Amino acid sequence: MAIVSPGFTGRRRSPDAQLPPGQYLAEDFPVLTAGPTPRVTTDRWEFTVSTEVGQRYNWSWQQLMELPAEKITTDIHCVTKWSKLGTRWKGVSLDVLLEDVETAADYALVQSYGGYTTNLPLEDLLDGQAWVAYRYDDDDLTPEHGGPARLLVPHLYFWKSAKWVRGIQLLLEDEPGFWESAGYHDYGDPWREQRYQGD
Amino acid sequence: MSDDHVDGNALAGDLREIFAVDLTAATGRCAGCGYQGSVATLRVYRNAPGLVARCPHCEEVVLRLVRGRDRAWLDLRGTVSLEIPLPS
Repeated sequence: MAIVSPGFTGRRRSPDAQLPPGQYLAEDFPVLTAGPTPRVTTDRWEFTVSTEVGQRYNWSWQQLMELPAEKITTDIHCVTKWSKLGTRWKGVSLDVLLEDVETAADYALVQSYGGYTTNLPLEDLLDGQAWVAYRYDDDDLTPEHGGPARLLVPHLYFWKSAKWVRGIQLLLEDEPGFWESAGYHDYGDPWREQRYQGD
Repeated sequence: MSDDHVDGNALAGDLREIFAVDLTAATGRCAGCGYQGSVATLRVYRNAPGLVARCPHCEEVVLRLVRGRDRAWLDLRGTVSLEIPLPS
C-alpha cells in the first residue's frame, strides 16, 4: 500500500488549501470602514484596559514603543469574503499588555477611536493570538488601515481586528459590539464560516 | 463630499427589499443631535460588512443595514423617528 505524506514533499500548500470556506484570494488590501477615518496622532494616542471593577491600566504611545514587540506573519480573512495570505505586521502581544492586569473577566469589548467596538472572549486575546499592531509591511500603519495602531486577531474574521484601537473593556458578561449587534456572528471563526448570527 | 462615502440614495435598493415604500424620501430625526432630514441626505459608508448611514450633521450612526444570505438586519437605534410620506 502506498503511503502518501505531503509532509515529506516540502511543498507549500496551494493557496486554495489556505483559504477558509467561501473566501477568495485578494492581492490588494481592501479598505473597509464604517465611518470617517479618525486621525489620531501618536502624541495624544492612549491605550486603556479597564477591568470589571473599574481598575484602569493606561499606556501612552511612548510606553507602547518601550514594550517588547513581535513580528507576525499571518493570513487574514475578511467576512466580506476576501482573504490575504502571509501579511506581515509588527506589534505588542496582548499577553504583554494584560500580564499584570488583575481580572476575573471572561469577555472583552474592544473600543476604537471613532466609536467602533467589537467583542470576543478574553481567552482569544491571550496565548499568542492577538497583538496591538503598529507596523504593516515594514511601514507605519496608515490611518486607512487603522493606524497608528490596530488590534490584530487573525484567527477570527477581520472585523474583530479593530482599527484605531484605543482600549479594551474586560467584562463578566458578553456584550455585542458594532457588527455583532447588527446580525454578524458573536464569535466569527472563518474556518467554521461563522459570518452571521445562527451560522 | 469625501470619497469614502456616498449619499443616502444608496440605501434605496436594500430598503426596498424590506419596505413597501421608498424610505429614502422619509424624514428621519437623528437620536444623537436631533438633525432632521430625508434619509437620502445621510452619509452612507458601504465599503463595510453592512451599510452604515451616518448623520450629515454629527456623524453618529443613524441606521445600519446588514444583508445576509436569506435575512436582513435593520438597526434604527440612532433614529428617533421616521416620517414617511403616504398618498392621501
